[in-house]
Amino acid sequence: MGHIERDLKEYPVASVDKGTLVREFLSFLSIESVKHKTEDLTPFECDGLTAYPQIPLVAVLPENEEQICQIMKLCNQFRVPIVFRGAGTGLSGGAIPYDQGVLLVLSKLKRIVHIDPVGRSAIVQPGVRNAAISEATKKHNLYYAPDPSSQIACSIGGNVAENSGGVHCLKYGLTVNNILKVRFVTIEGDVVEIGSEGLDSPGYDLLALITGSEGLLGVVTEVTVKLLPTPEKAQVIMASFDDVEKAGLAVADIIAAGIIPAGLEMMDKKAINAVEQFIGAGYPMDAAAMLLCESDGSIEEVNSEIKKTTEVLYKAGATDVTVSTDDAHRLKLWAGRKSAFPAVGRVLPDYFCMDGTIPRRTLPRVLKRIAEMEKTFNLQCANVFHAGDGNLHPLIMFDANEGNQLHRAELYGAAILELCVEVGGTITGEHGVGIEKINQMCIQFDNHELQTFLNLKLAFDPEGRLNPGKAVPTLNRCAEFGHMHVHRGEERFPDIPRF
Amino acid sequence: MSSTETNIDQFKSLIAEAKQQSESVRIRGSGSKDFYGVSLEGVVVNTKDFSGITEYDPTELVLTARSGTPLSVIEDALRENNQMLAFEPPHMGSEATFGGCIASGLSGPRRASQGAVRDFVLGVRLLNADGLDLQFGGKVMKNVAGFDVSRLIAGSFGTLGLILESSIKVLPKPECERTIFFDLDNQSAISKMNELAGMPIPLSGTCFVRNRLAARLSGSEIAVKVAHQKIGGEAHDEKDFWHSIREQSHPFFQSEGCLYRLSVNPTALRSEYPNELIEWNGSTRWIWDEGTLDKHQEFASQHGGHATVFRGNQPGDSINKMSRELHLLQKKIKTAMDPHGVFGRKRLFTEF
Repeated sequence: MGHIERDLKEYPVASVDKGTLVREFLSFLSIESVKHKTEDLTPFECDGLTAYPQIPLVAVLPENEEQICQIMKLCNQFRVPIVFRGAGTGLSGGAIPYDQGVLLVLSKLKRIVHIDPVGRSAIVQPGVRNAAISEATKKHNLYYAPDPSSQIACSIGGNVAENSGGVHCLKYGLTVNNILKVRFVTIEGDVVEIGSEGLDSPGYDLLALITGSEGLLGVVTEVTVKLLPTPEKAQVIMASFDDVEKAGLAVADIIAAGIIPAGLEMMDKKAINAVEQFIGAGYPMDAAAMLLCESDGSIEEVNSEIKKTTEVLYKAGATDVTVSTDDAHRLKLWAGRKSAFPAVGRVLPDYFCMDGTIPRRTLPRVLKRIAEMEKTFNLQCANVFHAGDGNLHPLIMFDANEGNQLHRAELYGAAILELCVEVGGTITGEHGVGIEKINQMCIQFDNHELQTFLNLKLAFDPEGRLNPGKAVPTLNRCAEFGHMHVHRGEERFPDIPRF
Repeated sequence: MSSTETNIDQFKSLIAEAKQQSESVRIRGSGSKDFYGVSLEGVVVNTKDFSGITEYDPTELVLTARSGTPLSVIEDALRENNQMLAFEPPHMGSEATFGGCIASGLSGPRRASQGAVRDFVLGVRLLNADGLDLQFGGKVMKNVAGFDVSRLIAGSFGTLGLILESSIKVLPKPECERTIFFDLDNQSAISKMNELAGMPIPLSGTCFVRNRLAARLSGSEIAVKVAHQKIGGEAHDEKDFWHSIREQSHPFFQSEGCLYRLSVNPTALRSEYPNELIEWNGSTRWIWDEGTLDKHQEFASQHGGHATVFRGNQPGDSINKMSRELHLLQKKIKTAMDPHGVFGRKRLFTEF
């Protein structure tokens, strides 16, 4: 956000011409698996972050792990940068190609290799869609818990790269908490098995390091996911509030009552209205805010939790509480929340979805500041919020073809992220840094912390050729960006020259 | 200067001194996990005085504390608010510290259903070998900015840096708990554990020991009652049972020789060790044996896992085996975080 374009001088270039590279790839990949003409490359020019399209030098679509190893070895030999791409649904630009590099697309690896219904795990290739796992395991009464809103399209490889969350994170965790093992290919083309079929493995927790590493360390060719028994029953409560702050406080009251709901979502008036006009989920158009609060588990467990939660919500000042009557009703209420992004996209042609996480108690303050900033930047912002875990998704609406709206939207987004850091939170809860929030990394982390990340990166990728320019900024970039990381109220490293 | 700043300065100077002398720094809380590892080398840097809960807001479900804080102090504070550390950390000693809990990464009976230490760590404040005070992760539930260094630190046994502070996610205590026992042999216990773990019931622990399988249910009173009806078995109020498993004070653990811990596919069957203790829905097996690590690793490898010498290792001997590629990556991580090998030399690996 704000001067996002990459400074290409900082990053490596291929030491081989495009023609040679294509010929080399064609020696072990089929013609359909090697895309090098502009018209064939255009579909890959961006991911879910559409504002910064870029065409790669070459795109390759391998069909198996062996070919991936060969691609890695070849690129390593010719010192060609590589960007990885799954379904391309990421919202932070992590899969935006690099003009001097190869785009390695994993969409052809979409096989569910094995389901172990007794041991409750499934081995899947990276291109398998998130929702396809639960669809395939449904007959065993098992499912894969993380459910990002894009779950019908996003693939598990991308979920691992981004450590994706979803609406059920508070109770069931993120991707990192729900995978057991990966097969990982290093830049040298070696295959390493990380994790185990048990619950842990000796040595450092490389599985945790790789999950959420945004394609900076290597590529995952197979993932063993943990499966959970499908709850006997799930029911959702929709609660309306005439005041956003009351809704925020109700969330704290639910937690204080000892309830960990399966999902706990909040939407403000603008988001409610956009959704209601888009799909008609039955949301309260007159409410200032609403909560969706789901309980799951055994029938008796759900019944008692719904009763308890309803009481808490009324006590917290809910003006109306609706409990889903059956599964169709429940899914309809969720469909509204899950279509919030496209719904907002219908109000204006473009939107930026921010992803900061904040301590929940700061919610009223943060929402108030976001609303004030609408005037500062003269743009509208709708808010959806994984309220249970403090993860905000302000949706900044704009029209990139209108004046300087794109630039204003970038500045607005940057201001929101900085606000999240200021109140003790983080710039990204689940969408990743990518290129979108690369500058804000300089605000959240000081140079020494960033250097630690860079050291870890170099341990896997000594010349910085995997997904260059994403996720972890260089110290030069931060110096040029100019926003100082402020640590305990004092400026650190006054002796470092600034530009 | 406050006492915490004095502490940090002392840590820094001890680390700097060790680095200059090319010695290793052995970070130690109460020493309750001293039994674990390849060997104990280096100058002890004690964290016990660096103590205190720095932030705890029950409705945020997050607690932050300094590394020397006694684990019991943290658990008391949580109990007052009807909350808990859901990974049920083994103390292995009455003075176990919070830093040791994070650094050892050990988890108790609830691990299979709720997660391990690494699943609950949200952030760490770390002193590295250059004496730099670094903050990774944070105090919020979800955070994917930068590499997940905090989870990498969990279980690293003080070999990557000195943990000054950690933030962890905490959870409400269940309203009701009930333990149900089944008389079974180890093979049928494994089947039963997997069967129970695949059912939509509030299962919060399983343990097979001495021809009995214990299954714990946690949740609302009605949920526990109904689940018990569903699975059958006999409920006994053996108050200290789970505590004795977690703390390894159960008679099973009072033995001589090497205690092996196998982390394997939960369905793996092995007939030659009828006296093993099985936890975590089948995925963790404890075996006392005089046999070599190789033998157990062979079985573990066949079942997608690893064997570790948990107790009774000959100092200097390897406590586990891993592939050459994996070992190489481990070494690279160590070098990236601690290039001069200052922290916990040879605690986890024989070479570094």
